[in-house]
Amino acid sequence: MGAGRLYGAVAAGGFRRYATYRAATAAGVFTNTVFGLILVYTYLALWDEKPHLGGYDQAQAVTFVWLGQALYATLAIQGGGFEIEFMERIRTGEVAIDLYRPVDLQAWWLASDLGRALFQLLGRGVVPFVFGALVFPTAVPGDVGRWLAFAVAVVLAMVVSFGIRYLVALSGFWLMDGTGALQALMVTGIFCSGMALPLNAFPGALGEVVRALPWAAQLQVPADVLMGKADPVPAFVFQAAWAVVLLAAGRLVQLAAARRVVVQGG
Amino acid sequence: MAGSRPLAEGWRAYRLIAAMWIRSTLTYRVSFALTVLGGLLVTGLDFVAILLMFSRVDVLGGYSLPEVAFLYGLSATSFGLADLAIGSAGRLGTRVRDGTLDTLLVRPAPVLAQVAADRFALRRISRIMQGSLVLGYALVASDIGWTPVKVLMVPGMVLCGGVIFSAVFVAGAAFQFVAQDASEVQNAFTYGGQTLLQYPPTVFGRELVRGVTFIFPVAFVNWVPAAYVLGRPYPLDGVPRWAAFAPPVVAAVCCLAAGLAWRAGLRSYRSTGS
Amino acid sequence: MDAFIEVDRVEKVFDVRRRTGFMKRERRQVRAVDSLSFTVARGEMVGYIGPNGAGKSTTVKMLTGILMPSAGRLRVAGIDPSRERTRLAHRIGVVFGQRTTLWWDLPLIDSYRLAHRIYRIPDARYRENLDRCVELLQLESLLDVPVRQLSLGQRMRGDIAAALLHDPEVLYLDEPTIGLDVVSKAKVRGFLRELNAERGTTVLLTTHDLQDIEQLCSRVMVIDHGRLVYDGPLAGLHEAGESERMLVVDLERELPPVRVASARVVRVEGPRQWLAFPAGQSAAPVVAQLAAEYPLVDLSVREPDIEAVIAKMYAEKAVS
Repeated sequence: MGAGRLYGAVAAGGFRRYATYRAATAAGVFTNTVFGLILVYTYLALWDEKPHLGGYDQAQAVTFVWLGQALYATLAIQGGGFEIEFMERIRTGEVAIDLYRPVDLQAWWLASDLGRALFQLLGRGVVPFVFGALVFPTAVPGDVGRWLAFAVAVVLAMVVSFGIRYLVALSGFWLMDGTGALQALMVTGIFCSGMALPLNAFPGALGEVVRALPWAAQLQVPADVLMGKADPVPAFVFQAAWAVVLLAAGRLVQLAAARRVVVQGG
Repeated sequence: MAGSRPLAEGWRAYRLIAAMWIRSTLTYRVSFALTVLGGLLVTGLDFVAILLMFSRVDVLGGYSLPEVAFLYGLSATSFGLADLAIGSAGRLGTRVRDGTLDTLLVRPAPVLAQVAADRFALRRISRIMQGSLVLGYALVASDIGWTPVKVLMVPGMVLCGGVIFSAVFVAGAAFQFVAQDASEVQNAFTYGGQTLLQYPPTVFGRELVRGVTFIFPVAFVNWVPAAYVLGRPYPLDGVPRWAAFAPPVVAAVCCLAAGLAWRAGLRSYRSTGS
Repeated sequence: MDAFIEVDRVEKVFDVRRRTGFMKRERRQVRAVDSLSFTVARGEMVGYIGPNGAGKSTTVKMLTGILMPSAGRLRVAGIDPSRERTRLAHRIGVVFGQRTTLWWDLPLIDSYRLAHRIYRIPDARYRENLDRCVELLQLESLLDVPVRQLSLGQRMRGDIAAALLHDPEVLYLDEPTIGLDVVSKAKVRGFLRELNAERGTTVLLTTHDLQDIEQLCSRVMVIDHGRLVYDGPLAGLHEAGESERMLVVDLERELPPVRVASARVVRVEGPRQWLAFPAGQSAAPVVAQLAAEYPLVDLSVREPDIEAVIAKMYAEKAVS
């Protein structure tokens, strides 16, 4: 089987696995909608007090909230994707078998996680977003080109998100207990991607810093591309650059981890 | 005789099981301390987001930062208490699915006590600690005309709030008897409720405020009594002045409702076995 | 003899909902236990067997108070299990082969210490029972090991000890030897036999393993489709089922079905052949004849399993 078809099959498997949990998906949609409601009201109050905060008007701030809820599970912003299973395999030592298989470990998990992300975008993301757009005034463009650019930005965001979580998961080779790493993932994910507050509303130097970090590629950049707040091409370059850096770093750490496994004899 | 006093028996079993887990947790003190520290960071984030908002504005929904911190501290602390005491019950769906609930049903102790105390996670005190810190800041920084009644109301609110949130946890667990995979729905009410109450009621739509006052009455955790303490109008017009003193009654009613839901859930499990 | 366990025309009906399409669901009623009646005397050791889904677990769940019966009357030690679940819990011990009642992440001893308090076992009695279980089930070196790190056999022994610390009058064992190696099985069986002889503990044993029954139980109850289809000694079951043992022989090369007196070939696969012969008969003459007349490489004897016995019982009933 060709490499493309192999990883295509892996991605399809990731998609199908999550698709089987219907009740859990419905529960997730409900929860994302409730959290979206709470956040929308607080943002409306905030933008009421300070119109054009971070260059957004109220409709754009509302759109940002619902995009956040739509992409929350897709980009596993708080964690909860492939890394849970991967870390378990590292913990139990089963990963030693994976390392000797004739498939690329990183590409395998990337494909599987992209499949999961695609399902959660469709299964968990669309409904809260449509609900938000129907109930509140939003800044959703009618322009097909913008939506296409948004789609590209979301795919790049999926890869960046994977890159971050791959590194977090690999830490399991050196740390006895993964709780700390997952907690760090949660903190940075919520805070630095804009889930807590859009990054362009962050004050001063703190804002400059978080907008340059890879987490900005996850929610902030796709949102800005959709709402026409950012030019697509530089935005893609920013995302792709982080994606390459993170994947390369993941590759290096994986090599070091593999050596460690060999030394320890699995 | 055992069984004739289920409440006392439940409390006894709860204490025994929780103590066992606490002993086990404290075997690894360093690891425990690090987890609590990490928890402080994680749980503190939503307050950092509020601080960031207030770096751009002076008031939110008409409330100043110390006033929002007051609401936040009350909400977070009482939620933390409930999560520590009974949060483990959220795993009920898993226990129903994998059949391990049966092993609890053959022990001579009420099932709810066993589920709630199972894996008692002392690390959840980080939420209580973080909430208390913010509450402490609010008490110092805000400009409240203190009276003896208001002073008494602060611990009263934390306690009643903890009981109200506990009832929500139990009701959520009871729901999992029926829908085992839908444990995330519970999050919408527990974590969602906690997040909602961290912001002033003036921010939210009237219907939402009405809903959380009369139907899902978490407004009595802090919004209503805190409005009295802060000397602000109540979140809804027409709510009588004594409503600020209603939290104990609301907490009792919530417990009763949650208890009935739990019994119905357990009964349905014991008649269907799934 | 006083009836310690009484089951009188007990029924359990489940509503089963099955997904038949995207949103469509079909509802139907399943009678898991159907007008079941039996009694067990104090001190009896009874094997309770039947195919998967026959209603064994449902019966045990009703006897322990986990499930409420849909109809009929159940009494264990004079107690109605579903009404007085916690009162009954003090007097029964339960071992679920597939699921542990031990506290998964904690050292084994913690489960015992907790049971000591929860069951309010007098200190001296607890010490005595624990020491005895630790000795006979060889748990000494395992007490400080977290349960999740125990092997299946070790965990099962740990579970049996946990079920006995409070001196239960009746012990329900659901597949206590499933997945165990031969040595562990022997240990568990020896312990149960001794327990029954010394303390007079009533034992109800659910199993797929005929040897469990052969070595432990004087009486067998067979349930199928929720109904009791046999109640009596094990030997009678073999007669009733006219079961057969199986001889699996590997020949040097592929040959037509062998011809041996009092055995018949039921399956041929390359050089391997399966021969069935009556369970009551010795394998020796069959083997001797085979070895004398055919190029024999290897052979093994398979005991009849419960499913086969019951299937046969049914097939014969349908004919007669």
